[in-house]
Amino acid sequence: MVNVELKNISKSFGPVKANQDINIKVKSGEILGLLGENGAGKSTLMNILCGLYRPDTGKIIINNDEKNFDNPGDAILAGVGMVHQHFMLVPIFTVTENVVLGNEETGRLNHLKINESEQKVREISEKYSLLVDPKEITERLPVGTQQRVEIIKVLFRSAELIIFDEPTAVLTPQEVKELFNIMNALKESGKAIIFITHKLHEVREVCDSISILRSGTIVGDADPKKVSNKELATLMVGRPVNLSLERKKNKTGKSILKVKDLSVLSENQEIAVNKVNFEVKEGEIVGLAGVQGNGQTELVEAITGLRESVSGKIEFFERSMQSLTPRKIHKLGVRHIPEDRQKSGIIGNFSVSENKILNDYYQPPFSKNYIMSWEDVDTVSKKVVQNFDIRTPSINTFAENLSGGNQQKLVVGRELSNNVDFLIASQPTRGIDVGSIEYIHKQLIETRNNGKGILLISTELDEILALSDRILVMFEGNIIKEFGSNASIEEIGLAMAGQV
Amino acid sequence: MIEFIKRKIISENFDYEEILLTPILATLLALIIGCIFLLATGESFSNILLAFSNLFIGAFGSLNAISETCTAATPLILAALGISLAFRAGLFNIGAEGQIIIGGIATVIIGFSIDFLPIWLHLPLALLFGAIFGALYAAIAGWLKASTGAHEVISTIMLNLIALRLLDYLLRLPIIQKEGRNDPISKSVLETAQLPQILSFIEPQLRIHSGFIIMLFAVLFVYWLLFHTTIGFEFRSTGANPNAAQYAGIKASLTIVLVMGIAGALAGLAGANQITGVLGRATPGFSASIGFDAIAVALLGRSHPFGVLFAGLLFGALVAGGRLMQVKAGVSIDLITIIQALIIVFIAAPLLVKNTVPWAFKAKKKS
Repeated sequence: MVNVELKNISKSFGPVKANQDINIKVKSGEILGLLGENGAGKSTLMNILCGLYRPDTGKIIINNDEKNFDNPGDAILAGVGMVHQHFMLVPIFTVTENVVLGNEETGRLNHLKINESEQKVREISEKYSLLVDPKEITERLPVGTQQRVEIIKVLFRSAELIIFDEPTAVLTPQEVKELFNIMNALKESGKAIIFITHKLHEVREVCDSISILRSGTIVGDADPKKVSNKELATLMVGRPVNLSLERKKNKTGKSILKVKDLSVLSENQEIAVNKVNFEVKEGEIVGLAGVQGNGQTELVEAITGLRESVSGKIEFFERSMQSLTPRKIHKLGVRHIPEDRQKSGIIGNFSVSENKILNDYYQPPFSKNYIMSWEDVDTVSKKVVQNFDIRTPSINTFAENLSGGNQQKLVVGRELSNNVDFLIASQPTRGIDVGSIEYIHKQLIETRNNGKGILLISTELDEILALSDRILVMFEGNIIKEFGSNASIEEIGLAMAGQV
Repeated sequence: MIEFIKRKIISENFDYEEILLTPILATLLALIIGCIFLLATGESFSNILLAFSNLFIGAFGSLNAISETCTAATPLILAALGISLAFRAGLFNIGAEGQIIIGGIATVIIGFSIDFLPIWLHLPLALLFGAIFGALYAAIAGWLKASTGAHEVISTIMLNLIALRLLDYLLRLPIIQKEGRNDPISKSVLETAQLPQILSFIEPQLRIHSGFIIMLFAVLFVYWLLFHTTIGFEFRSTGANPNAAQYAGIKASLTIVLVMGIAGALAGLAGANQITGVLGRATPGFSASIGFDAIAVALLGRSHPFGVLFAGLLFGALVAGGRLMQVKAGVSIDLITIIQALIIVFIAAPLLVKNTVPWAFKAKKKS
């Protein structure tokens, strides 16, 4: 039995109050949902519970015993374990090696007792029906199974309280179901669980109680059996949110993009995109669903001229794009919201206005005869900041100082502010707040209503379903199925797992 | 300049602690540790005081001292501008030393071999050849990186060694070697290829020459290039986030060759400046590690042209003051090398400065 209580926890980083006077409780046989947007303070709170941070004030009480964690080791000893969003696994190690890493059982002369450990891993795996072969090399396992290894890791260290940090972000709907079964099994066996997420239906499905975190404070608790999505969203964002998008029926026009038998190689020269065929017309959003790493990235890079294709055709308004440089493709009116804004969308220590002109800095009015005209850059940037609701102290602020949502709006603003014919939107709302998601979705719909074409790539099925007129599912480099806009989440989920 | 102040200093991005406070404190800490070194070697307090006061007097104490400081600073700043430019584009140009040597040789050859041109043609031509050959030499490393991915640190180090040996070889060629000498030394450049001294009308021994003015223009040029041209925007984008630059359609390979070329031109100009302004001829080791000290100057100057200007003047002052210190206090000029090295350590590890004098810094938010 375990009974964990966080009392009046506060933590500041300089002037930023990440956590203020937070109280939560969770006990054996219970799943507590911790709901909040990115930046609400969920991670800080959990890092305190895991011994990574020390709270400024407040107490951690486990089984009526006040604890002071100096480091993560203390927290593990006290029975607190965390399943991280980004797995902490060594790819080339076996499952058992990963599980024992840091807690190796050794015999004489430091001999690793790997067989005994393997037996232990097998026992845990059977007890909680976490099916996994202890001898398998970790990188060969699918993502969902790797997550099970993370869970076994925590159980191996005899955790009584298990924290799941955004565990569903990388899973297919079917894998999410399996994860929920596992969580329920753990609960039955007497573990306490904290489940961190920003997905409303998930907390309602699996949790026994819900605490909602906003701007560092708990703004409310909810009963998952009674509360609605809408109420939860309002609590989480702090104002009423329009969850359903209004989408007029679309009128499709000419074909904009035609992809014929396209094959593309990945970084390590394997076939990533395998003879893919599809088309995007004027006035439609085509959603490309799929678990990450099924060739979407390579496909987008091929269309935008960043990667060479090995065979097949890419045509834009019936004109071949394959020999063109990224700049020429951009000039044709193709815009691209990159999947990873930090990595390739913005330059962190460039100002907002410098980021605004990243694609067309070399053209008038920004550049005349190779000389930059910063006045013109500033004028245009101010307009974009206003039109796209980018919250920034000024246009000279470094982009890295903006919140994720505002950084993304900056990228969207840059790509949509002039002469768009076709937009490739890769993960346009990954990791940003609900308000910004709402805003960006509206911009995408508006672009489509203006008769432009959009290829939307997303691993979030909700997003694909809310926005797309047609849905393509990509699996292992193939487009294995096409759905209409009224497809069900289950159908698409099955296709994402390769079952057609 | 006013626009610079408006855009950079007043804007909230100007991190005063990082750009001003850390370098200044790094220098002070280096001087203090320099004192401790002297104490450890058994110098008396009074002699240390004498050493440091002469260090200052030798750098700024008279018109001649200031002239010496500026003369020593000029090639350092020119080469450091090139290194900064490369830094800004994400390249670590260790090859300034080699570029100085190649630029210097080109200048020497033009300087002694052409005897029919007036100074206003001959001198610019000599300087131009220095810059061009420095540029071509550096562009080799850029081209290797762009075409084969060879890391510029390795290739520029190798090119330094090649330049050093090439210099030894060339200085013994009959057409370059001074007549009647057995040691490797070049012919002297003609008077029409010498940078005129600018303060000789006050006192003839003031060595400061017009290369100093050329250097000031180079500072302005690099600032303008970086922050007011399309090419500069490409350099900075490529350096700050090569991925985003690639997505924005900037060709990395072209940028790499171009930025190495310009960096090499500046280093070559530093070599030409030494030949035509100070030495008058080339000898083995005429580059005197300026290309390596310039790396330190670029680091201390935060790879900003104006920062490089001040950092270079500081290093010039240390060199000029160090000479007087050695004469008057009998402290070896090697102390200057130690101080310079310590400055680099502190600059490279700003946390060291922050933890040594925490009270100088405001508490900062963590993200």
